[in-house]
Amino acid sequence: MDIQFSREKNITVASVKGRIDATTAPEFERTFAGVMDSGEKVFLFDFDGVEYISSAGLRIILAAAKRLNTIEGKIAFAALHGPVKDVFRISGFGAIFNIYETRDEALADIS
Amino acid sequence: MKITLPARMESLQEATRFVLSHARAENLPGGRMTDIELGLEEALVNIFQYAYPEGGGEVEISCRIDEGRKFIIEISDAGIPFDVLSVAEPDLSLALEDRQIGGLGVLLIRKLMDDVTYRRERNRNVLTLTVIKTPS
Repeated sequence: MDIQFSREKNITVASVKGRIDATTAPEFERTFAGVMDSGEKVFLFDFDGVEYISSAGLRIILAAAKRLNTIEGKIAFAALHGPVKDVFRISGFGAIFNIYETRDEALADIS
Repeated sequence: MKITLPARMESLQEATRFVLSHARAENLPGGRMTDIELGLEEALVNIFQYAYPEGGGEVEISCRIDEGRKFIIEISDAGIPFDVLSVAEPDLSLALEDRQIGGLGVLLIRKLMDDVTYRRERNRNVLTLTVIKTPS
């Protein structure tokens, strides 16, 4: 798994590549928490390069979203594919997060 | 076709390789490979985290085909009795602030597998995950 952060206006874009499973989730959590600790609170996760996510990744996202919710932050997602899209649907994430087809669409809507 | 591995996170990759190689050999469609991988990961991670509170312990995984069309993964451990299917499903209708963090792993197992059964047998937990090969 690889995660790169960049900034587009007031949005922190996290471009993730690879697999978020039980073995890579701790690194995902550490990296993400580090950026939240620095005060960032509006996140767009670009999942174009994510091929697999299990509940280990979902837990981190849920916990982070709850944390951000209390400080009026938010998390949105763009470019979910195949199994990642299925996992989000099964987990009911569509009801609690804004999910966009593309990163550009997300950036236009959020800002 | 059976493999025995230490019940710890480092075994996940080898377990996945073992099961997927059998699934491929049985010509399961590519679309079901990720279902199998997810079902297996969720089941194993539960065992790794909770089955052996004292540490150590092993997990045994076997794969077989039943009735020519059911790909069956049997996962067993000698840990504390635990039926993963007894875990309540999270309420997905709740707002973010009320959503519980846990329970999604079991939900994924239930939704992605065609059948899941648990039994306690000779002091072992035995979880059976079934994926049905659709007629080609």
